[in-house]
Amino acid sequence: MKLSSPMEIWEYLPGTNCEECGEKTCLAFASLLKERQKKLEECKPLFEPEYAEKSKKLAELLAPEVREVEIGVGARASKIGGEDIMYRHELTFFNRTALAYDVWDTMEEEELRERVRKITNWRKFYVGESLRLDAIAIRSVSGDAKAFAGCVKHVAEETDLPLVLCSFDAKVMEEGLNEVSDRNPLIYAADETNWKEILEIVTRYNVPVTLFSPDLDMLNSLASTFSSAGVEDIVLDPGTYPTGEGLADTFSRFVRLRRAGIVDENKSVAYPLMSVPMTAWMVHGDEDALDASYWETILATIGTVKYADMMILHSIEPHSLIPERTLIANIYTDPRRPVSVDPGLREVGTPTEQSPLFLTSNFALTYYTVESDLSSNKVDSYLVVVDTDGLGVEAAVAGGQLTAETIKDALESYEVENKVKHKTIVLPGLAARLSGETEDATGWNVLVGPRDSGRIPGWMDDNWPPKTVS
Amino acid sequence: MAKKITLADIASILEKYDVVELEDVKIKGDVEIELGTSAGVAIPPSLIHALQSAIGVQELPEEAKRIGDLVESKFEVAKAEWIGQIEEVTIGATSADGGTRDKPVTIGGEKSLPFYNFDCQMPYPPVISVDCFDMPIPLAKAVRGYYADVMEDPGEWAKKNVREFGADMVTIHLISTDPTIKDTSAREAAKTVEEVLQAVKVPIVIGGSGNPDKDPAVLEAAAEVAEGERCLIASANLNMDYERIAKATMDHGHVILSWTQLDINAQKTLNRYLFKLGVPREDIVIDPTTAALGYGLDYAFTNIERMRIAALKGDADLAFPISCGITNAWGAREAWMKDSPIREDSDWGPSAYRGPLYEIVTGLTLGIAGGDMFMMMHPKAADAVKRVTQMLFGADVEGDKAKKVEMKDWVTWDVGGLTK
Repeated sequence: MKLSSPMEIWEYLPGTNCEECGEKTCLAFASLLKERQKKLEECKPLFEPEYAEKSKKLAELLAPEVREVEIGVGARASKIGGEDIMYRHELTFFNRTALAYDVWDTMEEEELRERVRKITNWRKFYVGESLRLDAIAIRSVSGDAKAFAGCVKHVAEETDLPLVLCSFDAKVMEEGLNEVSDRNPLIYAADETNWKEILEIVTRYNVPVTLFSPDLDMLNSLASTFSSAGVEDIVLDPGTYPTGEGLADTFSRFVRLRRAGIVDENKSVAYPLMSVPMTAWMVHGDEDALDASYWETILATIGTVKYADMMILHSIEPHSLIPERTLIANIYTDPRRPVSVDPGLREVGTPTEQSPLFLTSNFALTYYTVESDLSSNKVDSYLVVVDTDGLGVEAAVAGGQLTAETIKDALESYEVENKVKHKTIVLPGLAARLSGETEDATGWNVLVGPRDSGRIPGWMDDNWPPKTVS
Repeated sequence: MAKKITLADIASILEKYDVVELEDVKIKGDVEIELGTSAGVAIPPSLIHALQSAIGVQELPEEAKRIGDLVESKFEVAKAEWIGQIEEVTIGATSADGGTRDKPVTIGGEKSLPFYNFDCQMPYPPVISVDCFDMPIPLAKAVRGYYADVMEDPGEWAKKNVREFGADMVTIHLISTDPTIKDTSAREAAKTVEEVLQAVKVPIVIGGSGNPDKDPAVLEAAAEVAEGERCLIASANLNMDYERIAKATMDHGHVILSWTQLDINAQKTLNRYLFKLGVPREDIVIDPTTAALGYGLDYAFTNIERMRIAALKGDADLAFPISCGITNAWGAREAWMKDSPIREDSDWGPSAYRGPLYEIVTGLTLGIAGGDMFMMMHPKAADAVKRVTQMLFGADVEGDKAKKVEMKDWVTWDVGGLTK
């Protein structure tokens, strides 16, 4: 973004404080534009003819430093790039790294479809949302155009995920592309040798394209060439070398490319970056699949932290997917998002006055974990969320934010005794040492629950309803 | 270039996309179609793509047709210049320096971000200290197997860390001293430290139980018996008598670990207190707190990255090597729990495969943020973090695969006999 203060943005706005965007003043709206928390389109008056010039200019000035490229169509289309910063504390990273997992054209059809379904349907719950995977990369291993096209067709039938078509052979590429030209697939890749043919294809079909070269002069040339030909949906792959010195060079290329794009404002390389952690399999894959998958996740970690906007990977084993996707959720979490949730009394499912009463902290991560463990296991219950200043249970017990007194205050101010008859509260296992004091301070029965809320269902079998109810 | 297409073809495409009526569509002559230009009319991109590819509307721009050669260009990028430098800290002393360690370890000294050798070569690679404890502790199944035979004997445990797991350093955690655990006396704890110092010749980290009331006495006694060995004393914290620990550290020739909880200002404050007490800058390592992947790693990452950047920008209060307690990664339920407690989740697979990766990803992520030293637990994870950070650092890694690969060959890579 080329504007450095809300005032500079404000000068382009109508300045009528009409409140149509939901903000009291144009200046307030301007500061939200600066933080990328509002979209320009939300200022309706700006799109009246009289502001045409200003709105066009402002849109240009507000555009992110790294171009945003969309891959695929429909609900699961993926936006990559669009970044403005080098470090997440400067604002936030915006479009999380898209994860593409591979299939190849020598797979048996049933095996192929099964793998595509697994990738498409994979999910993992995390802090109030379901983590999913983003794309399928289809590799031409046979080199046969018909085989590739057949494989692409089968994949497209099986999934609505965005597709990445992978071949350096332009003829193979075009056959495959023909099958899914309405799906806005990402082409992988044009390089020094095939760029003319690929340029012709991507221009004709109007699809995004990856440019590959570990030689950054060449990559810059390729990008300038495609851009001057009118192609702007570009992704750059500077090559991922899986080990040794080559890995250090890979790290260097990603950082320098992103720095050139954002800090030096070199528009010709300000595109999303592609990393290919699956190159780990070419070094380790012959010997040990577990080892190879570990090194693949290691490369994915480096890519996630340092500027890969999309990655192509091979292992779809849970031990690969869970950490890879979780790390992306972490790095791309908006650091401005509050650490805590509102304290209070929550209902999970449809609790009655005999339902158990659990207690937790108002640290968002803890709260969402406990809430989802209860609701996903259909434990109808009440959940007291104590104000622990956004600390987790263990830290809040150590730091004095979760005490018998704060528990007593919470029970009273949320009028919990009107909700349950049993007068029994279940403390988190990590707060076990507060149980005596809490009984004394509140007059409630205290049960100590498991240390991990994931174990509440099993704990319930042995402990609920309580054996002694006062 | 454009294919011939009839209106019937367009109609059939529209039908395929369930479009019964199109507003805002102009058809001019026989080639030009404009779709939906006024606000509020949404045409699915899939439909636009279908139409465009069917009719081949994407005529090559004039310029593209002319391009027969690549546009010549050189890639250039500025170097980042920083004014600050991280303090260089050496842990462990040889006989020449009054200790009995074979090989001291030096960390810090950076003038650029970690592994940004294109800005300025990183002077020392990160080091790994493998944990051992002064009593048997509950461990995740994936870790337990490696230590089951040495858990009763801290000396043997430390030895195993060095001999079998290639540890650069060993951390002895004196957790049994916690009054709520065993309340082992400071004197007993000091004996354990002596045992470990005799068992291994690598530099050691001496950790308390984390009990703020007991730790000063325990660490004081430990510092005394380890006189001259230049151990890292872990740790001083704002909620305890840090003065006593700082004094013991200085009196007996050690390095102090200054620990705060995810708070950049608290870290500056504690460091300044230590300066005031006279702790030399080259005797300070900081621990800004490690949170596990999925359980606050984002906070730990940004906290460390911000501290390191502030230091490189010249904030001398924060210009110290950073230690990370990566073993915390095992707190993540995904690292050890058998199955997901969430019914909607896809299968989690064997926990034995997940656990080490939680440690690796947490360690490597914080290494890229600015960590210089990692306290770790799982041997495979420690080895992986060591190898990858050595590679990024630019060292020749022993056992690094000699096999050369072409970076683009993955496209045609044949999975062959592999099932995973």
